[in-house]
Amino acid sequence: MSRLSALKGLSSLSGLSGLKDINGLRGLSGFAVLSGFGGFLVRRAVGVVLTLFAVSVIVYVVFYVTPGNVAQITCGPRCSPEQVHQVAQQLRLNDPLYVRYWHFLEGLVAGQDYSTGTSVEHCAAPCLGLSYQSDQQVTGLILTKLPVSLSLVFGAMVLWLVLGVGTGVLSAWRRGRPTERVLTAVTLAGTATPVFVIGLILMIVVCGELQLLPFPQYVNLTDDPEQWAWNLLLPWLSLALIEAASFARLTRAAMLETLAEDHVRTFRAYGVAERSIIARHALRGAFAPVIALNANNFGSAVGGAVLTETLFGLPGIGQELVHAVNVVDLPVVVGMVLVIGFFVVLANAVADVLYALADRRVVLA
Amino acid sequence: MSLVDVTDLTVEFGALRAVDGLSFRLAQGAALALVGESGSGKSTVASALLGLHRGTGAVVGGSVRVAGTDVRAASEEELRRLRGGRAAMVFQDPLSSLDPYYAIGDQIAEVHRVHTRVSRRAARARAVRVLERVGIPDAARRSRSRPHEFSGGMRQRALIAMALACEPDLLIADEPTTALDVTVQAQILDLLHTLREETGMGLLLVTHDVGVAAESVDDVLVMRHGKLVEQGPAGTVLAAPAHAYTRELLAAVPRVHVRREAETLESRAPGSGDPAALGQGGTGHESVGRPAETEDVRQPDGPSADASDEPAEAAEAAETAEVAETAETTEAAETAEVVLEASGLRREFGRGRRAFAAVDGVSLTVRRGETLGVVGESGSGKTTLGRMLVGLLEPTEGEVRYRGRARAGVDPTVQMVFQDPVSSLNPRRSVGESIADPLRARGEKDEARIRRRVTELLERVGLEAAHYDRYPHEFSGGQRQRVGIARALAADPRVIVCDEPVSALDVTTQAQVVALLGELQRELGLALVFVAHDLAVVRQVSDRVAVMRRGRVVEEGPADEVYESPRDPYTRQLLDAVPALDPAVAARRRARRRSTERREPALT
Repeated sequence: MSRLSALKGLSSLSGLSGLKDINGLRGLSGFAVLSGFGGFLVRRAVGVVLTLFAVSVIVYVVFYVTPGNVAQITCGPRCSPEQVHQVAQQLRLNDPLYVRYWHFLEGLVAGQDYSTGTSVEHCAAPCLGLSYQSDQQVTGLILTKLPVSLSLVFGAMVLWLVLGVGTGVLSAWRRGRPTERVLTAVTLAGTATPVFVIGLILMIVVCGELQLLPFPQYVNLTDDPEQWAWNLLLPWLSLALIEAASFARLTRAAMLETLAEDHVRTFRAYGVAERSIIARHALRGAFAPVIALNANNFGSAVGGAVLTETLFGLPGIGQELVHAVNVVDLPVVVGMVLVIGFFVVLANAVADVLYALADRRVVLA
Repeated sequence: MSLVDVTDLTVEFGALRAVDGLSFRLAQGAALALVGESGSGKSTVASALLGLHRGTGAVVGGSVRVAGTDVRAASEEELRRLRGGRAAMVFQDPLSSLDPYYAIGDQIAEVHRVHTRVSRRAARARAVRVLERVGIPDAARRSRSRPHEFSGGMRQRALIAMALACEPDLLIADEPTTALDVTVQAQILDLLHTLREETGMGLLLVTHDVGVAAESVDDVLVMRHGKLVEQGPAGTVLAAPAHAYTRELLAAVPRVHVRREAETLESRAPGSGDPAALGQGGTGHESVGRPAETEDVRQPDGPSADASDEPAEAAEAAETAEVAETAETTEAAETAEVVLEASGLRREFGRGRRAFAAVDGVSLTVRRGETLGVVGESGSGKTTLGRMLVGLLEPTEGEVRYRGRARAGVDPTVQMVFQDPVSSLNPRRSVGESIADPLRARGEKDEARIRRRVTELLERVGLEAAHYDRYPHEFSGGQRQRVGIARALAADPRVIVCDEPVSALDVTTQAQVVALLGELQRELGLALVFVAHDLAVVRQVSDRVAVMRRGRVVEEGPADEVYESPRDPYTRQLLDAVPALDPAVAARRRARRRSTERREPALT
């Protein structure tokens, strides 16, 4: 019971809970005929598209009502009023909002041609527009930044799951003993310390004092997998240490709850060893809340690991997004937000599928 | 050597002494029931036999030896070998007692492998065999199902299969049938009986239901407040209890084969069974008037198994002869005003292909001062029907008429008393406030008047005025149900629909609440609709009875007629499944059930 409510709480935290509720759509669009797993995937995909659509509208509106002269900022402080006017023309800043938005959708579906003064540049089908600042295609920009962010978050996720769930299992098993208290203290300290403190300490100790690793510098996975991993080790660790504590506490709580349940009593009464009860029965109960929390953390870390990216000089999405917001680079912001939104929704959808596979009582509705 | 040897057992949880100096023995292959009301410590004893209190903070004293193992002194390893291997336990709630995530066959195999060095495959095969043994059809395929895909009865069978897997010498069954319907209960008890005959294992049955004990065991041990009250052969203890508490407990058990007795009971049989000890009238819960049966069960082990049939049948025949007399009373009732009338009620749940009708074409009338019993097993639609009568649910088809008028929405003169006295009261508000709700809903604003009326109601249902400001957790189950009744009365209802009002209560409390409802009915001329699964309780409160199955009323009529000469085969099946208080009668009925089962195999 409380596990389910924890799950619900988590999904509403992600701010996308309304999207989980796409059942309402079924009546409208005749999805009632789709049942089973295929139907679930189709409904989920439709949900993703609708979410992203809503997100892009919101971002457009927010930027439209934000005060400040976008043309002036884009052009630079030393531009003359004529130049600013020209930039505004070029960026279609004087068009009404819906025209600009329509233009954006057009580019997304069919591609777009942009004239940059002298030449005409073609932006192919999933075109998110050109950056106001650099005239670079946003799609291309994202494609260069995304691998960095995903590398960081995937690696960190593996670490935080191992560290967090491991610690949680240990403290549930050794509940009430010194082991548990030490583990709780360590994980709490991990959460309470900001990433730039942990990260800096790690860097100073590991790279500076002990010289075990070179100072991190991003290397493409495709270029050199080994260097990729070594260079990302510290960023992974500092991001994972922050997240691990919440997984540890969640795992511990869920396991203790399961350990108090009647079916665990059954297996105890049949002489099953505590070890097997923990590994087979109690851990299984922690699965659902852990995947729910993980989906949420993974999704938000794709765009939200700005501090880690900045600290370790990783040219990821988060850093780029912060920069784009500062200079009101609307196409970049919209593009980045859409990508982040995509991963949040995707992570939650994957979590739902895993959840249903783990617990057959859950019907994919 | 005894299979179980318990000497001077005490179990303490902090300051609470749950078991207090209990001693008993169980011989190899024998069967003993621990009988008691909630809080008597009977389940605690069962857990202590397997050393399940270890590590929980409970303090266990005395000596417990099970199958040669000293449970208190045993090492973890010895204890693990005992648990499941020598003594296996079957728990009350078959849904929560199995891991929801794993296939049933895998869970049985897991337990089996703890005790025997066999391969996974062999353990799995063993699981299928024991599932077959307990009567799971198509066991090989069904062993891959998860618990939620099994019905309640099948889950309990699966748990029994788990116990069988390791061929224990002792089976401890803790309320094994409490969560089950009466027909399923009979099947499970029959199964336990058969298995015991075949394997020769000992049985320790923990139950609050004297009938279940009478069906299943040789010896009975009655417990109260952690102490032994009385112990002896089932026939003797149940027929001629030596201790006052046992008499009281037995007197409170509603009898399905005894007709509802008039309120003149006390004056007719003063002193017998001491009904005054119950505090309430004990309407129809008296065990007087069947001396013949009492006589012969004194020697249940004797060769009189056949002879015992005779007087019991005679008693039943005598009851039938009285039908004519009751017919008069029902006739008188038929002239009373019809207060509630339901016609063609139908209620569907779900949409499209998943739609099903929980109630399907039910028509009923309830007259002033009359009690209509609605009886049925789980899923029969009786609660849905009750909710529609009160207006908490809108019927899909049909209508409810109240005193000739079509009723729109909830009517204050039709009230409801709910099953669970814990969750139907707001834990954050005093009971007085809860009772005052209907008054305030009616627009009463004068605080002094509200308080006066609520106090009156509290006293009317047997509580005290001072209880006004107390909170629900301070009350016992029976008291909470009294609060629920007071709340229903607050709106000055003409009709009260009671949905399983006593099923969460101990028998003695049950008898008191039933008596209270009867008193209120007579005094206020209330019409009652009494929805319950317990056939005996329904008989003891109802003038007329409607038997429900799968959303339809299969039989309706005056209570005594329905119970004594049921027309519908389903009603007969239900009545046959009710546990008898007399071991000899129980054995006879078991034989009858077995022969019918051979003809038409059970569905569950």
